[in-house]
Amino acid sequence: MQINWFKYSAPINFYPLAGKMIMPFAVLAGLLIGVGLYWGFALTPDVLSDQKQYYRIIYPHVASAWMSMWLYIVMVGWAVIGLVFNTRLSFMMAAATAPTGALFTFIALATGAIWGKTSWGTWWDWDPRLTSELILLFLYVGYMALQSAIEDTRRSDRASAILAIVGLVCVPVIFWSINCPDPNQCASLHQQSSLKMVESNILTGMLLTAVGFWMYSFVVIFMRVRRIILERERQAKWVSELPEVKAGL
Amino acid sequence: MKELFYAGGYGLFLWSAFAVTAVLMIGEVIVERQLHKKMIARLKRIKRMEQA
Repeated sequence: MQINWFKYSAPINFYPLAGKMIMPFAVLAGLLIGVGLYWGFALTPDVLSDQKQYYRIIYPHVASAWMSMWLYIVMVGWAVIGLVFNTRLSFMMAAATAPTGALFTFIALATGAIWGKTSWGTWWDWDPRLTSELILLFLYVGYMALQSAIEDTRRSDRASAILAIVGLVCVPVIFWSINCPDPNQCASLHQQSSLKMVESNILTGMLLTAVGFWMYSFVVIFMRVRRIILERERQAKWVSELPEVKAGL
Repeated sequence: MKELFYAGGYGLFLWSAFAVTAVLMIGEVIVERQLHKKMIARLKRIKRMEQA
């Protein structure tokens, strides 16, 4: 099957396609998160050697933390494509990705604080992992603020794209803040993330939930990009000819 | 079932973490739906003005 990618880089063609994809991704997200959490609760031990039942915060925590970093990379990817090929839809995709990335960053920090309170006895610590994740939240917020501060969309797209690209430096910092080659050099309170150390059923629950969160991201990003398309193309004839706009007039 | 919510005394922590996640994620979908409806209503107004 050959897909004409250029066809779908035009908002007029992508708008209905994105609309059609919302439902399948929503069903996938629901299924994966449902099965993942069932797996993570029903098939796992209640108490681990050093962690009691609160360890199950891991499912929303790790899934949202992964998404916070992944969506930043995706956002930068769209920003780069937009800058190189000057495609409007790419910038719209970048703009649509930012709020969901920010939301997942916030969830990672909030669930991490709750976990920290039970596990370390403190809600917050200026530990490298926590601090770099907080900076990621500020980068998302900065991107969105810059986008809305500049009236002209062409200029706001380019300026915020450059901010996003510069901010990409934060992602490897977050990753290596706990996975540095020499453990003696890591002053992290946050535990190291080694997938090999995790019990296999917990790992399965965690991975299923994470993929579910990813599918959820498609749902909200498609919803948002459709609104951004309508906002930016509101003068276009095809928008005024849409059945949902024509209905009842 | 009761034990699931009690979670060995950590229920409040465990379930508040899940609640924060669920409220924000479901909330995001609801807000996006509302904004889309508002946008359609705005486009209808624009079209009506053009027709008048």
